[in-house]
Amino acid sequence: MLINEFLLLGAVLFCIGVYGVIARKNAVLVLMSIELILNSVNINLLAFDRLNGGNDGAVFALYIIAVAAAEVGVGLAMVLLIFRNRKTISLDDLSEMKG
Amino acid sequence: MLLSAVTIATDIEVAQTIGFGIIAAMMIAGALNVVISKNVVHAALSLVMVMAGASAQYLLLAAEFVAVTQVLVYIGAVMVLFLFGVMLTRAKLGRDTDLNNEKGWMLALPIALLLLGVMSFVLIKGFDDTRISGSGEGKIGGAANVLLSDRIFSTYALPFWALSFVLLAAVIGGIVLARKD
Repeated sequence: MLINEFLLLGAVLFCIGVYGVIARKNAVLVLMSIELILNSVNINLLAFDRLNGGNDGAVFALYIIAVAAAEVGVGLAMVLLIFRNRKTISLDDLSEMKG
Repeated sequence: MLLSAVTIATDIEVAQTIGFGIIAAMMIAGALNVVISKNVVHAALSLVMVMAGASAQYLLLAAEFVAVTQVLVYIGAVMVLFLFGVMLTRAKLGRDTDLNNEKGWMLALPIALLLLGVMSFVLIKGFDDTRISGSGEGKIGGAANVLLSDRIFSTYALPFWALSFVLLAAVIGGIVLARKD
């Protein structure tokens, strides 16, 4: 198989994730788009792992999965906290830190 | 002549390529639904489809341990978190018109298309016809997993430690942030 098949799939998923991060307003949906981006990175890592032999890429992919799980846990806890204080999770309404 | 045709046919690996194409189409359709769906729960379920497709791609890449971990962690744990997040933060399940930035797509679409153009140009230019070697024999099965675990607990033991602290911090942080009082 061509390695480009996997790399292009990763690129497409990455771009869809970037679109979601920019276009979405709901915080939970932004987190989901970030998960899309992380998954595309994992596909790339494993494709290169397979290309080069060895298994360093698989190790990195496993670590990325663990970090992504931690990120979602803390991210959703923050979203819950914001919802409890503000009754909204629209990112447009959180503009206090604007200069 | 015939021999060369046969070697080309085995070189392309028809079955794997067809399987890859079907799964890739499913993943891209699911990913698009995640970013354009008007229903938060439907977006979450489409994300499950993308995760499952990614897991199948890992199997095609002969990384079965990562594939199983993907199913356990993402489809098992992360998706439950997301669904709880949706349920705890939204009174409204079902269609919702207030999910996107106003005119957000006008900014997002050019950026995404530009990124896609640049990346696919570079990838096609750089990895033109590079093939993934062999059928992954010797990388599948128990021996490969032994090598992988050796790698994690010897060469990459320090990042493993760091990662366990990250997870501990995330657990404590999650509890502190989401506590009621």
